[in-house]
Amino acid sequence: MGGRFSAPTALADALTAAAAGHRPVAGGTDLVVGTRQGKWTLPTDLVALDRIAELRGIDETGDGLRIGATTSHAQLSAHPAIRERWTAIADAASIVGSPATRHLGTLGGNVANASPAAETSGPLLCFDAIVELRSTSGSRRVPLIELFSGPGRTSIASDELIIAIELPELAGAGSCYVRLEFRRQMEIAVVGATAVVRLDGDVVREARIAITALAPTVRRVPAAESALVGTDGGPAAAAEAGRLAAEAATPISDVRASLDYRKAMAAVVVRRAITGAIARARGETVEIPASASLFGVG
Amino acid sequence: MGHSATLHVNGTSFRVDLEAGRTLLSVLRGELGLTGSKEGCDDSECGACMVLIDGQPVNSCSFLALQADGRAVTTVEGLASGSELHPLQRAFLQHGGVQCGFCTPGMLISATALLKANPDPTEDEIRAGLSGNLCRCTGYVGIVAAVRSAATELAKAD
Repeated sequence: MGGRFSAPTALADALTAAAAGHRPVAGGTDLVVGTRQGKWTLPTDLVALDRIAELRGIDETGDGLRIGATTSHAQLSAHPAIRERWTAIADAASIVGSPATRHLGTLGGNVANASPAAETSGPLLCFDAIVELRSTSGSRRVPLIELFSGPGRTSIASDELIIAIELPELAGAGSCYVRLEFRRQMEIAVVGATAVVRLDGDVVREARIAITALAPTVRRVPAAESALVGTDGGPAAAAEAGRLAAEAATPISDVRASLDYRKAMAAVVVRRAITGAIARARGETVEIPASASLFGVG
Repeated sequence: MGHSATLHVNGTSFRVDLEAGRTLLSVLRGELGLTGSKEGCDDSECGACMVLIDGQPVNSCSFLALQADGRAVTTVEGLASGSELHPLQRAFLQHGGVQCGFCTPGMLISATALLKANPDPTEDEIRAGLSGNLCRCTGYVGIVAAVRSAATELAKAD
């Protein structure tokens, strides 16, 4: 038996459909692919969000960025301001899946899917992303860090749609996302790490560190962050922060790696992410995506 | 309950009546008789089902057909002009980029998208552009050489 399907161009119509229990689909790179893989049954009633122009695109707001929910990974990784000032997001978006995945897959979808291995989540958490949610009964702005409640789980209500993701400006920040990967393309992070730093001369004034595929949700590691502040961010300091991040990691064993291997590699990827972020904060060039160029560093 | 939609495939418009969950690949092959696009893995890993939608590569096995309503779809059948093969198709033949042929339609589609975005790709860029397409028999050397050669030929033709 067939279900209902709509592909509105007006956001109000999509909100009405969501209120009636229709599940949102944007690029379908999680929802439909997961259906083909047999992970779940395709929801009966669907509302496609990809024709709603106001949900797509990146605006510089003066005090940061506002990224529409259905902005694709390809758009993110090509955007000049993201490459320059929110570089870790470009690192992450440019290594998601294949060219087809990056063209279809959206930032809002990546957030809503809430995978512990989601590439963009670490950078978003480190940039203090705010998620704008809307339903027919109102809207709310929620820090991303409060949204993830477990693997594949969020506190987004069933009638709410992600409208946009806001990133406050973080002047002078250097940032970097790296993942351990068994292959360069069509890969998911075995473990991943994000570092965002701001320097005062040669000293780390502010540090934000997140770990990916190392806990039930992508998460920040405050102990590693505070250990890095006040240091020169050099090899010893980066290694110590990496050690602390590995200590905080609570990974699982699965088809891609064992728990022990993930914990051991957590220290390495966190160290590399810090090395990349420090270099970028100093104005040095680290290629995007950083994952490939930081192999063999530290 | 069906939903009516119009698919513009290779320049021809088709009116179809579809259930919400139908994939674009199943409609192309089952309703429109365009069997060039293949079902390999059926979950977006292998790229045998790759088509272009408005010029961008899409795994049609995992894409809802209704999301393609009104959009321009290009399948491998749309690459040749009449009996004249597309330069990429000729190059695949010349460079031995085809063995069993199952991945070839998807490879050709991804290569078409790549050359449109980047007419003069390096070998690394070709390999990245084809990273969503798996070949299980001939390997990638002939395929990469074919794409490089087609890029040169297309540049001369411009």
